[in-house]
Amino acid sequence: MKLHEYQCKKIFAAYKIPVPRGQVVASAGEAKRVAEELVGRVVVKAQVQVSGRGKAGGIRLAKTPSETEELTRMILGMEIKGLPVRKVLIDEAVSISRELYIALVLDRTLGLPVLIGSPDGGVDIESVAHAFPERIVRIPLDPLYGLCDYQVRELALGIDLPKEYWKSFTSIAKGLWAVYDQSDAVLAEINPLVITLDHRLIALDCKMTIDDNALYRHPDLNEMRDPDVESPMEMEAREYGLSFVSMPGKVGCMVNGAGLSMMTMDMIHAYGGEPANFLDIGGGASADKAASALKILLSDSHVQVILINIFGGITRCDEVSRGILRVYNPTSMNTPIVARMVGTKADEGLKLLRNTGIITAEKLSEAAEKSVQIAYGVRNEYID
Amino acid sequence: MGFAMSILINKNTRLLIQGITGNEGLYHAREMLTYGTNLVAGVTPGKGGDWVLDGKVPVFDTVRTAVEVTGANTSVVFVPARFAPDAIMEAASAGVSLIVCITEGIPVKDMVIVRKCVTQKGVRLIGPNSPGIITPGEAKAGIIPGSITKHGTVGVVSRSGTLTYEVLFALLQANRGVSTCVGIGGDAIIGSSFISILEMFEADPHTEQIILIGEIGGMEEERAAEYITRNFSKPVIGIIAGITAPTDKRMGHAGAIIEGGSGQAKEKIDTLEAAGVRIAQQPEEVPDLLV
Repeated sequence: MKLHEYQCKKIFAAYKIPVPRGQVVASAGEAKRVAEELVGRVVVKAQVQVSGRGKAGGIRLAKTPSETEELTRMILGMEIKGLPVRKVLIDEAVSISRELYIALVLDRTLGLPVLIGSPDGGVDIESVAHAFPERIVRIPLDPLYGLCDYQVRELALGIDLPKEYWKSFTSIAKGLWAVYDQSDAVLAEINPLVITLDHRLIALDCKMTIDDNALYRHPDLNEMRDPDVESPMEMEAREYGLSFVSMPGKVGCMVNGAGLSMMTMDMIHAYGGEPANFLDIGGGASADKAASALKILLSDSHVQVILINIFGGITRCDEVSRGILRVYNPTSMNTPIVARMVGTKADEGLKLLRNTGIITAEKLSEAAEKSVQIAYGVRNEYID
Repeated sequence: MGFAMSILINKNTRLLIQGITGNEGLYHAREMLTYGTNLVAGVTPGKGGDWVLDGKVPVFDTVRTAVEVTGANTSVVFVPARFAPDAIMEAASAGVSLIVCITEGIPVKDMVIVRKCVTQKGVRLIGPNSPGIITPGEAKAGIIPGSITKHGTVGVVSRSGTLTYEVLFALLQANRGVSTCVGIGGDAIIGSSFISILEMFEADPHTEQIILIGEIGGMEEERAAEYITRNFSKPVIGIIAGITAPTDKRMGHAGAIIEGGSGQAKEKIDTLEAAGVRIAQQPEEVPDLLV
């Protein structure tokens, strides 16, 4: 789960990481009041979890409280990469002398957290890593020892940090480690960490990603979830324990297992169609769960056909069929369903679906092809 | 049967199951036993002294006692995510040489410690979030259905669960058998990489060719490709899921840097093809690509 900038800054500040003075607001009036309190120039920052906010016009400098009010009104009316801006962060403007990069991130291959730094902050760090790999310093950490002072000094030297900042840099790096470790984060990033003209270090922008599997031990962080990041269908699916992602195509998919779900989507694409979603009902799904999954797909008006692909292992195909039939009503329903089942209780599962109007297929290729033909009709024949 | 030809598990494996009295554990314990696996013990703290599966399998309170009494050398973990890290470390400390963790949803922070623990003790961990291992005709440690594969000479290694079953099923339909199939698990931090399994297949004289099943995220496939180019002599077929998956379904920028790549399907396919791996577009194509 990703956190918003303002949420990260609040958490980071509690770990004694210096952040700009500021406040998050949801209206232009509040923004004006905050700007009046801060005195001087402020930055109005859209709180949406996408990269490229600045380029999209979601970050603006305001010289006066009334300009702050005006810019806030404008930004609150924006949609950035499909996400509505519901909140803006009003931060004091800071005069920057240098921009650095520092982060803690999980290295999957090493199986360890790694401290990363670069003298080139404030830009897309991925492109820095690509163009100038030598300008990225990586220090793997031992989770039993945590982040040691000598490792911070190594990083400070690696990014050419003047010695006068070492002390405050150490405190920031150790605060970042503490927040990463104690929040079950897989990413805690400050970009840029700036050296101001008046010789201070300040975390100007912050990002955090929390390990979803660990949210059960962080109810406070779980409450910070932004409902806008998920579509209503995605949220409903999560409540049923289904893994669901909306996509722009016409073929709804309902599959057991993430890898097989993705492969099924890929095959829809290979046969000339596009998937309307990723939907993994998981292992050992009950009839109830299958019914909820199908209900979600049927509620999506983009879905022209539903492809159900179940490879029974722990999942019993007959159980899934019972769930399907609980929702499927051949007389009133006009979204066609193509079902393909193999493995545990597949014969029983398919038998239940026979004579119901549900189209069955033996092979996955056949099911994918049929679904695409139904959803795209003429277009597909044309392509073939 | 004489000397077993396979990797990781065979007829001589002495299996124990942690979490054997839970619903899932018990169901799959029965499946493993019925398949012919040499299942010697179960462990559930507090249930020591019980017998399960019609009195065939004794239950112990600790892995250490189970190992001492039954000589178990491999453990399969069905313990829920909150307790699984402890269960793996218990098994690693009790002297088994192989641990297969089926449990999904274990926090990364816990796995960082677990991986350090098993590495220090020199114990091999497969998973977590793995469907397990099957050596057809000999033994299975996990949840891969026994009926969808038969004994043969094709080695299978996969990051996926049900996609692996599709491939095994497609092989069976084409009358092709498998030496061993290993699910390394779909989580960010896993005990064994593609490379460590490929090394074993390379050394196994009975395995003639390999199928590698990958998916988006991480750099496992890219590293495997590098290894195949340098050190692997047997033919490899690859299949990668996630070409159509949304690209933002991955870790943030810093995650991508440290991995040194994007984790996207296209890149993985290109890298594997450059290493001489033949790519199947879908499971049904896999048998056609076999040598």
